Amino acid sequence: MADTPLLEIKHLKKYFRVPAGQNHAVDDVSFTIERGETLGVVGESGCGKSTLGRTIIRLLEATDGQVLLNGEDITHIKGKKLKEAREKLQIVFQDPYSSLNPRLRVESAIMEPLQHSGRFKSKAEMKAEANRLMELVGIDERLRQSYPHELDGGRRQRVGIARALALNPEFIVCDEPVSALDVSIQAQVLNLLMDLQDQLGMAYMFVTHDLSVVRHIANNILVMYLGQAVEKAPTEELFNEPLHPYTKALLSAIPSVDIHKPMQRIQLKGEITSPINPKPGCRFAARCPYACELCEEPQVLEEVRPNHFVQCCRCKEINGL
Amino acid sequence: MMALMNKMKTEKLETVETARKSSMLLEFCRRLIKSGSAKLGLFLMLFIILACVIGPYLSPYDINWRDATLMRAGPSAEHWLGCDTLGRDMLTRLLYGGQYSLLMGLLSAVIGSLLGIAVGLVAGYFGGMTETLIMRFMDVWSALPGMLLCILVSAAMGNGFGATVLALTIGSIPGVARMTRGQVLSERSREYIEAAESINCSKLSIMFKHLLPNVIQPSIVITTMSVGSTINMAASLSYIGLGIQPPSPEWGAMLADGKGYIMSDPHLIAVPGIAIALTVFAINLLGDGLRDALDPKLRG
Repeated sequence: MADTPLLEIKHLKKYFRVPAGQNHAVDDVSFTIERGETLGVVGESGCGKSTLGRTIIRLLEATDGQVLLNGEDITHIKGKKLKEAREKLQIVFQDPYSSLNPRLRVESAIMEPLQHSGRFKSKAEMKAEANRLMELVGIDERLRQSYPHELDGGRRQRVGIARALALNPEFIVCDEPVSALDVSIQAQVLNLLMDLQDQLGMAYMFVTHDLSVVRHIANNILVMYLGQAVEKAPTEELFNEPLHPYTKALLSAIPSVDIHKPMQRIQLKGEITSPINPKPGCRFAARCPYACELCEEPQVLEEVRPNHFVQCCRCKEINGL
Repeated sequence: MMALMNKMKTEKLETVETARKSSMLLEFCRRLIKSGSAKLGLFLMLFIILACVIGPYLSPYDINWRDATLMRAGPSAEHWLGCDTLGRDMLTRLLYGGQYSLLMGLLSAVIGSLLGIAVGLVAGYFGGMTETLIMRFMDVWSALPGMLLCILVSAAMGNGFGATVLALTIGSIPGVARMTRGQVLSERSREYIEAAESINCSKLSIMFKHLLPNVIQPSIVITTMSVGSTINMAASLSYIGLGIQPPSPEWGAMLADGKGYIMSDPHLIAVPGIAIALTVFAINLLGDGLRDALDPKLRG
């Protein structure tokens, strides 16, 4: 039990049926998340980051593949088991303006998960627990009867975090939790999330397209491109030595603050491949400066260094490994 | 000492909460009567209801009291609105009949809306086949002219208060259902519904606790407005001899009763006609005001 990872994602696929065919939003993604770890998931808009997070915590049904929670397959469980699993898997949403019911007061919103868990007998107990949670995430007690529209974005996001924490989860999907907030408040919420992780020890899957945020918070980073995981590595290693051509281009877009080291932007040419009924083979090939015939074969995620996975057939050649 | 202080603190907090709740209601009422037309509608409506409830008791005449010498008599000091074709006091019958009209209008509008909201909620939330079945059925339903539907049901169910309410109710379901479904479709794609799912809310609880309060506002307004048209419809039913039967007075039946004397004794038609028009007018004004008061975007 001790060495089973918290979450093991095996060949997870999520396709959406659209008029033009099947949209491969998440296509054959495999990785693991350890207890207490923060995995950053980065990629451009529409690459399936959020869908991946939602599929893992069973807000969306997987098309194929498996999600193992503590070694147990939760991909198709139902009823009471699903309820138990969901208590361990929570989510903090991107937009705190739409993720809170506009007609629930702060206290009721936080008490709601407690009511559904059935762990509390009396209303007073639940109120006490809600108060504790509000203190934990730093919401003033005087705000407990406020409506969401009376709070600013940061406080609303704190309410969202308190709701996610209410059930003592082991894993929280943070779906771009700070991208809708002001920069000054982003830092507060990020620090809150990190402090809470130190105190409570849950794992995060941090979905974002903000590379500075992910560098600050994540232990490992998974880079996605059009529904596929192209590279996964420990944060510093990935930033210092990206191996996949897409990751290289992505990281080269970070502005440099060092005038002696001007940024050398890798410009990607060509169109983004459509995620609807894609051809087998590397999705990035159409824009990749290193593309060749081999790239039209299906690619596999390969561990080229310890804990450093890359999905590229020419990786070793390009990087001289 | 500490305990006492804590207790005082919670007590204070609770008073603040109750004050806040009642102030919200006050705020709503303030906004409702802020607009002149809504105020007029509200007071007119209150006056009509009050008159219909108390009026018959204050009248010196019984509703079935008659004096054959006073058939179709015009207004006088003893009979303010004159007498009807059988020599009965018009004012008394008007007020008593108003009870039927108002009650039928209110009851069928409210019941119809409740059913419509429930149907629309289910269709909108579950989607897919359930939605297609329900909404296509509603389409067929609303393809029948409302009046025809009412006549059909009345004819099948027989006359009387209950049957008439049922006939009127059935007609008002599809409109509300369709509108509620539209509201649900736009609300359910918002993240708080997903958030509710993630914390194990049951489908029922999502529908009633999360969706319902956020989709009900337009339905409240439509319901208010439809009270007026239902009263009209009820009157029309009685006019053609369905619905409430004589000797019970009802506004539509009173109209029907006087229709033969429209040239010689116009008050027989004017009295119930004006009563119907005034009531519908008041309700429509009230509905307009309600729409403005409930719309959060107009909150000043």
